[in-house]
Amino acid sequence: MKNLKPILRSLGIGLAVIAVIIIYAFGFQVTKVNLDETRNPRRQQQLTRILRALAKPDLLTYEKEEVIVTQQFMVPCPDGGFTTPDVDRSGPYITIEPACADPRSMVTVKGFNFQPNSSGPIAFIPTSQVNLGVGDFEADANGEFTTEIRIPARPDSAVQTIRTITRTNVGAPKISKTAVDTWDKIVETVFLALLATTLGTLFAIPLSFIAAKNLMKDVKSPLISIALNLLLIPLGIFVGIQLSNYGSQIADLISRSVVGNIAGLVIAPAIAVPLVRWALPQAELTRPSPKTRILRTLGLIVSVLIGILGLQFLAKIVIQLGDFLAPKLGSFTFLGTFISDMGDILGMSIVVITAALAAGIFSSIGDRTGKLITSHVNKPAAKALSMLLSMLAGALLAVLVMQSLNWFYEFDNLAVTIYWPAVIGGAIGLVTSVRMAPKDDLPVGIVLYYIARTVFNALRSIEALVWVIVFVVWVGIGPFAGVLALSLHTIAALAKLYSEQVESILPGPMEAVTATGANRLQSIVYAVVPQIIPPYISFTMYRWDINVRMSTIIGFAGGGGIGFLLYQNINLLNYRGASLQMLAIALVVASMDYLSSRLREKAI
Amino acid sequence: MLKVQNLTKQYEGGVQALRDVSFEVPKGQFLAVIGLSGSGKSTLLRCINRLVEPTGGKIFWNDVDVTAASEEDMRFIRRKIGMVFQHFNLVARSSVLTNVLAGRLGYVNPFWSLINKFPKSDYDKAMHELGRVSIADKAQYRADELSGGQQQRVGIARAMMQDPEMILADEPVASLDPVLAHSIMAYLEQINQEEGVTVLCSLHFLDLVHRYADRVIALNEGRLVFDGLPQEIDDQKFKDIYGRDAERVG
Ligand SMILES: Nc1ncnc2c1ncn2[C@@H]1O[C@H](COP(=O)(O)OP(=O)(O)O)[C@@H](O)[C@H]1O
Ligand SMILES: [Mg+2]
Repeated sequence: MKNLKPILRSLGIGLAVIAVIIIYAFGFQVTKVNLDETRNPRRQQQLTRILRALAKPDLLTYEKEEVIVTQQFMVPCPDGGFTTPDVDRSGPYITIEPACADPRSMVTVKGFNFQPNSSGPIAFIPTSQVNLGVGDFEADANGEFTTEIRIPARPDSAVQTIRTITRTNVGAPKISKTAVDTWDKIVETVFLALLATTLGTLFAIPLSFIAAKNLMKDVKSPLISIALNLLLIPLGIFVGIQLSNYGSQIADLISRSVVGNIAGLVIAPAIAVPLVRWALPQAELTRPSPKTRILRTLGLIVSVLIGILGLQFLAKIVIQLGDFLAPKLGSFTFLGTFISDMGDILGMSIVVITAALAAGIFSSIGDRTGKLITSHVNKPAAKALSMLLSMLAGALLAVLVMQSLNWFYEFDNLAVTIYWPAVIGGAIGLVTSVRMAPKDDLPVGIVLYYIARTVFNALRSIEALVWVIVFVVWVGIGPFAGVLALSLHTIAALAKLYSEQVESILPGPMEAVTATGANRLQSIVYAVVPQIIPPYISFTMYRWDINVRMSTIIGFAGGGGIGFLLYQNINLLNYRGASLQMLAIALVVASMDYLSSRLREKAI
Repeated sequence: MLKVQNLTKQYEGGVQALRDVSFEVPKGQFLAVIGLSGSGKSTLLRCINRLVEPTGGKIFWNDVDVTAASEEDMRFIRRKIGMVFQHFNLVARSSVLTNVLAGRLGYVNPFWSLINKFPKSDYDKAMHELGRVSIADKAQYRADELSGGQQQRVGIARAMMQDPEMILADEPVASLDPVLAHSIMAYLEQINQEEGVTVLCSLHFLDLVHRYADRVIALNEGRLVFDGLPQEIDDQKFKDIYGRDAERVG
């Protein structure tokens, strides 16, 4: 009995070893491990060729001089035999033995007085003058070679020719065409990655706060506020878009003349700035009365409207300025185009800004009203109101969701897109409000947190390579598609990394700033932001580095940048070109690494 | 005037940090809060300005029900209650001046403060408060370049920026050495006596309690076990507060 245990143990170990062997054997089979191929001389020769080409990046070229050496030859031997005519033996020359031969027979070609170590092709030139390659030669250190070639099946009564060509470098080395193209594309790549990183960072920073649990877990709202928000935010977006369209039309009318435009540009801020200063006094030493608050809010809304109008003027004048400058700037045309693009971007963002502002204003009104109702209205009334509002909100939400699904799947059936969702959404809202006490706070923050996390994870798991295909369809092949694809991936990846940094901040400063009476936004700016600046900088730099490397891949799918060139060269078997491009990528990545470590040192 | 009635706090893990605590603090008093670590001192102080949400009971501050206040109301309540922390809780990478100005966030318009714009009078006040704790010369230093004692003085200046009627000090000297402890306590005493600011201060050492406090309350496992004058704490009371095995030192 005593001896059984060690035996069982060795048995177990034995079984485990067998299992491991089986697992690896299966792995070998699945991945088609083929050692014969690795030893195959033909394959080894190809490998050598590629590796040697890769080791010689196509950076420099020389002016080439072609040296052509010919010798007469007859196939087959004529009746009287054939003797090669004498050639000039002061320069390079070749001899052929025998001087004439049958088709498909072997002859020996010898070369003399060639450039030491030079090499080149040997060709048979029939009377048709079509070049038939028959082999290669490599001269030794004395400039001589001996090689055997097979005569092609081209019998002819006329004299034919055998020819060698050598190319030799002359003069000083020059930057190759590949190097120039690579430089252009690597610059494009760096800027593509820069734009994608910038765009991604701009969006990722605010989103990362939503995806941070420590900031979101205390965000709570009563059901009435949530329902009002759900109802008012879509309305706010709609109103915002309408307003910015009206603004754009008004600005269009006025800015027909440059004078009107400039006047608008001056007058708008002249009204808006003092109004903002009045509506937002610097200090709130006493609590403002409800009347002042309403007046101030109105003043703020008016000044925001005027401000938006002012931005419209600005966008228009910037576009005009850029268009005016572009043709006059010569080789700096791109600056003019950039200015007018900036105006265009501003114009496009105004819609988004206005929609966001209006949604924000509406949402804060909804929030305030909801909290006011919850704390001032008696329980039954609050319950009734919360039932009504959440029913409406549920119905609206469901209809909006189905409307967007309809856009994808084109049901085009009112029952599916409006009636049923309204009924079901309303019912869900009603049930929620019936089961909830109206004055209880719901953890909206945590819900938003999970939604944000899920969206980021989904976005992140779709590679930029896939996104680029979508964007190439939208904006065409080229670096712009690459910028958009990489930006999207950057937003998701950075928002996640950033939010983890926000979650790992010291809670103490946040607590202290909150204790002073600061609101949520103020505590974030004063206690959170200073803590996350160093990691944000280093993650952004790291992301730029990743984007440079990724942009080599998205070039494969038409996303512009150096990847496009690399892909082409690999397909054309131009390994020396590909090698140069890989070298360029490595250099850029290495210098970015150096740069980012220097920046990090500065920022900490 | 602060009134705490039947205050109870149960943390989410189930820990009962405060059980039915009631007491009153008249304006201008220097009240010490003592008890073993884990007895609920920090929780009590944080319930008063709702950094920690109480699960039962009521708190009245100048006859306003703090426990029922909305988020909006809390801004106006909190800005009159300064807080000083054991680990100072300064924002390490910000300048001393910015840290002190942060004490004004409850007064300034959120919009302007987001772009770091404070009224001129606030800058003057910040320099004045730094002068009170004699580190005006360090205003432009980064907070983490200062020593512990200096950081706590910045913490006091930040609290004083709020023009507080009350200061909650959570073991303000527990991470400082004894010599520094007295200088920090002296500043709190000065604020209490000269400005009439009510001070609630949790403390570890009884000698500090005897030296600075007008009155003491003691917590044991979340219960209020003593409420009286510092000199009333005799050996028996000491054992009740700190447990049987406690030995009086110093
Ligand atoms: N955030 C928290 N979550 C759960 N339990 C906590 C939390 N903070 C403190 N506690 C617990 O509550 C009790 C009281 O803690 P605390 O108020 O910090 O005491 P003191 O400040 O007197 O040391 C302790 O048992 C502690 O473990
Ligand atoms: Mg504590």
